[in-house]
Amino acid sequence: MKLVIAVIRPEKLDDVREALVAAEITRITVTRATGHGQYLGEDLYRGQIHVPDLYPKVRLEIACNDEFVEIIIDAILRGARQNGGKVGDGKILVVPLEQCIRIRTGERGGSAI
Amino acid sequence: MIRIRKDWSLLLAGGTLSLLAPLTASASTSVDSGVTAWMLTSTVLVLLMIPGLAMFYGGLSRTKNVIGTMLHSFAALAIVGVLWVAVGYALAFGKGVLGGFIGWDSGLLFLQSIDEKVLESSVPEYVFAMFQGKFAIIAPALMAGAVAERIRFRGYCVLIALWSLLVYSPICHWVWATDGFLFKMGAIDFAGGTVVHISSGISGLVAALFLGPRVGYPKTAMHPSHLVMTLIGVGLLWVGWFGFNAGSGISSNLLTAQAFTATQAAAATGALTWICIEHFHLKKITSLGLASGILSGLVAITPAAGVVPPFGSMVLGAAASCVCYLALIMKSKLGYDDSLDAFGIHGVAGILGALGLTFFLRPSAVTALSSAAAAKGEPWSMLQQFGIQSAGVGITIAYSAIVTLILVVLVEKFVGLKLSDAEQKAGMDHSLHGEHGYGFLNLN
Repeated sequence: MKLVIAVIRPEKLDDVREALVAAEITRITVTRATGHGQYLGEDLYRGQIHVPDLYPKVRLEIACNDEFVEIIIDAILRGARQNGGKVGDGKILVVPLEQCIRIRTGERGGSAI
Repeated sequence: MIRIRKDWSLLLAGGTLSLLAPLTASASTSVDSGVTAWMLTSTVLVLLMIPGLAMFYGGLSRTKNVIGTMLHSFAALAIVGVLWVAVGYALAFGKGVLGGFIGWDSGLLFLQSIDEKVLESSVPEYVFAMFQGKFAIIAPALMAGAVAERIRFRGYCVLIALWSLLVYSPICHWVWATDGFLFKMGAIDFAGGTVVHISSGISGLVAALFLGPRVGYPKTAMHPSHLVMTLIGVGLLWVGWFGFNAGSGISSNLLTAQAFTATQAAAATGALTWICIEHFHLKKITSLGLASGILSGLVAITPAAGVVPPFGSMVLGAAASCVCYLALIMKSKLGYDDSLDAFGIHGVAGILGALGLTFFLRPSAVTALSSAAAAKGEPWSMLQQFGIQSAGVGITIAYSAIVTLILVVLVEKFVGLKLSDAEQKAGMDHSLHGEHGYGFLNLN
């Protein structure tokens, strides 16, 4: 089992979700996040362009069985790129997942995902 | 309408029936500080409705569209606020030209000729012009609710500027100017049921049908981003509505008190009715339901406020909630996307109030109407009044629908009106304004 974590642009959330749903990946956790990569973006307030220290981002977490990892990565890449890929599009992290337990039934492992 | 209102206040005060309009201004009339103070207060109350509407609509929109949606209301303040002083007042309240289609008086451009004028109702004409101006501002802002979350800001600005001049001003002239044809016909619209709510509701529906649904509608759930803000907004609207309705008599007397009471009674009844319906239909009472009930009641009583006694206003408020509740169910059945229910609440409750008021007129209003009819040598009956009301409603619907359709087609062609799918997905705040609301949710 793997945990796929993606940090993406907030405005790309709809596109990523559509791509995931099209790939039949429907179990997902989404949180608002703030962070920084190489990107230097701009906000506009009172005519002044501001370059914030930290940017609003959206963080997705998807737990999956190993065979789905590439499907998920493909879907996120399809949805999250701006105009074929720009600095600030985000990152995808894949980490091994030790255990998964469904609270309702107590079942464990791959079938609980 | 203003003339008839004046007649009633005179009748109620035991005076004789005057056929002089209060708009017949003269420099010699002295200012009544009491009436003027209330009219200034009313004007500010109606102004308060615009940030109230921005909060109401903003809270109902999705997180990514809150700035864009609130800007629709504030943009109306900026755009119509300028247009009204420049030409809007002249178009609405100047002498009828083009066969009474619209008003015109070049002296009223930039309000030049009213600099020292006091109306017969003892209010400086500036106060009347500013009071009416707030109505002109809120009408297009209401319409924006139907097309929220998918309209380009620049196109919206051009659309409401043209709409204000070509839809609002003519209808306002017909209904409220003393030489308007609906006014002369005897159509009752106390505070803007047809002029503001039906015109904006129908225009919103037409624009919504033209633009088509938002990306993902109705499959994707589109939750309100901030119902707390929506509730504060509807509270401000309720407070402001006392200026809207109780100020529309251009007086501070018995008529004001009657309109004031009817407004309160209808709003409360509308709210209570809506939550009762929800209780039986959904087994749960929702805050948005209560807010919608308040609005339905307020909209329905708007055309009727000065002419309907408390019981009648409560019937109208209750009926409005029932009909609007059904209208929202119908919307989901029919599948059109009136994003924030500008038509479902304002259009529907406005039509109900403008037609329904006929059956609940207070005796003094009936007396005034029948003597006004007798003066023209015509009989008066409730059915006949219903016919006049229906004509007023029908003409408003037909005119605003046709002209709005032409306007949206032209603006889409020459300026661009609909947001692309990609821009809608990113949200108006990001794609149009480069800002984001709710920034406080992020550590930054």
